[in-house]
Amino acid sequence: MSLNRDQINSIAHLARLSLTDAEIPVYQDSLSKIVELVGELDAAQTAGIEPMAHPLPGLAQRMRPDVVTETDHHEIYQRNAPQVEAALYLVPKVIE
Amino acid sequence: MHTFTLAELAKKLRAKEFSVTELTKSLLARIAASQPALNAFITVTAESALTQAKAAESSLASGKAGPLTGLPLAHKDIFCTAGVKTSCGSKMLDNFVSPYDATVVEKLAAAGMVILGKTNMDEFAMGSSNETSFYGPVKNPWDLKLVPGGSSGGSAAAVAARIAPVATATDTGGSIRQPASLCGVTGIKPTYGRVSRYGMIAFASSLDQGGVIAQSAEDAALVLEAMAGFDARDSTSVDTPVPNYAATLDAPLAGLKIGLIKEFFEKGLDASVEKLIREALKVYEKLGARLVEVKLPALPLSVPTYYVVAPAECSSNLARFDGVRYGYRAKDPKDLMDLYKRSRGEGFGAEVKRRIMTGTYVLSAGYYDAYYLKAQRVRQLINSDFKRAFQEVDVLMGPTAPDVAFALGAKASDPIQMYLNDIYTIGANLAGVPALSIPCGFVRDLPVGLQIAGPHFAEAKLLNVAHAYQKETDWHRRIPAAFTAEKLS
Repeated sequence: MSLNRDQINSIAHLARLSLTDAEIPVYQDSLSKIVELVGELDAAQTAGIEPMAHPLPGLAQRMRPDVVTETDHHEIYQRNAPQVEAALYLVPKVIE
Repeated sequence: MHTFTLAELAKKLRAKEFSVTELTKSLLARIAASQPALNAFITVTAESALTQAKAAESSLASGKAGPLTGLPLAHKDIFCTAGVKTSCGSKMLDNFVSPYDATVVEKLAAAGMVILGKTNMDEFAMGSSNETSFYGPVKNPWDLKLVPGGSSGGSAAAVAARIAPVATATDTGGSIRQPASLCGVTGIKPTYGRVSRYGMIAFASSLDQGGVIAQSAEDAALVLEAMAGFDARDSTSVDTPVPNYAATLDAPLAGLKIGLIKEFFEKGLDASVEKLIREALKVYEKLGARLVEVKLPALPLSVPTYYVVAPAECSSNLARFDGVRYGYRAKDPKDLMDLYKRSRGEGFGAEVKRRIMTGTYVLSAGYYDAYYLKAQRVRQLINSDFKRAFQEVDVLMGPTAPDVAFALGAKASDPIQMYLNDIYTIGANLAGVPALSIPCGFVRDLPVGLQIAGPHFAEAKLLNVAHAYQKETDWHRRIPAAFTAEKLS
């Protein structure tokens, strides 16, 4: 199966990736080949087989007591932020 | 000093043949001298290494030293290191200074190891040749025109060139074992959940596992024991005691039942590589092991299964890189959507974008059942194959990679050819079982790796089996010609 230009644009939008015009045919080609590769799975007989989400079945999600364990580290965390003001992360205006 | 294994270095430091500072300085000089040609490191932490070396000397002098005190180590740049750039090989994190240590980093620092720096890797661990790194490819120390494998290519090349005696690494589909094979070193991917993933930048969370690349199985045993163990900060960390891996290294192999994976010898395997694998098996027979052929019929589907599961999990994990809280941000975004899209479009490299888009596609509405759910069912079949095999045999053996190292650029433009490099390694990740690669000879002067896999939590057995071979052979002691001299020019 081969993916068209519109499909690549739509996938890129869902993935929140800007692509240049030059990138689109490259991904059209390689994603089509990958879809073909994974298409080999169609031949496998999987009726009644339980999907495996995790390599350690039976491992229960651990719970911890509902108490505060984390302390405030915003100063050190925000040192990596591109734009911060008054301890808030800044982004372009969202609400007009 | 560079030719010694960790086990030998530990003895020599105690015998005062040289000091931790002398050893550290000698390796830092080797790293600096090799960097232009090899490109194995992204960051070298020379200053803190020398401080750690001094502290290790005091521990040794006061008799408070542990088995790893003063032994130098490099970390793959996927492990967060407090106060040090942690890039994951990506432009996206080129400006990221980790505010905290990964559990693995914390544990090995507590064991007294001296951290030399952070090794180069494929971007976000996505690649099998190290060519996807934002910092340029690592070269193979055996031939600088060739790739070292990936994604832990920097760690494998550093250990092979003896510019670091040991290095941490991670393996999602073969990223420890394949570069270990291509560089002629020993690499172990433990059982899923054995080593904490806390602070290990996520690629595919149901497959990712941290491990070690070392000069020998004995060295890997020492470091793995210090790295492994339960961690409440990793929700899939397993609360099972860590055995003393060193204690069982010399257990006799008489009666060991080795399964040869039939599917691995059928097609696509280079004939000279196959010959060396069969010779290695003869060594095991001489040691009293018995060979039986086993069939894992679903295993040939591991590559397509992986290329649904891994990209799906990657697209979800990498959604966190949004240009807001940390990492790369595009200049002058016109609105929030533009900020997200261009920060990601400009910050990620071509292969990472390819995997994110593949994952987005297979998870998108209308395709989920056909791809993701289907792949999870096939994953179950592969898992059952391994389970069945381990009811019959103690370990499975076969090649690690279909061929020796290939030329830089040879497969870079064809993702499918690149993905097929991991055809023999992916199965262990899908089933979550431990597997390692050890050097077993040379084809056209390039190293070949023998892969050994075992049931869940059989690391001690794997290391014992690998060590037995390394006592009979010296492939693991070979050093590439360009790196044999102590002082590199």
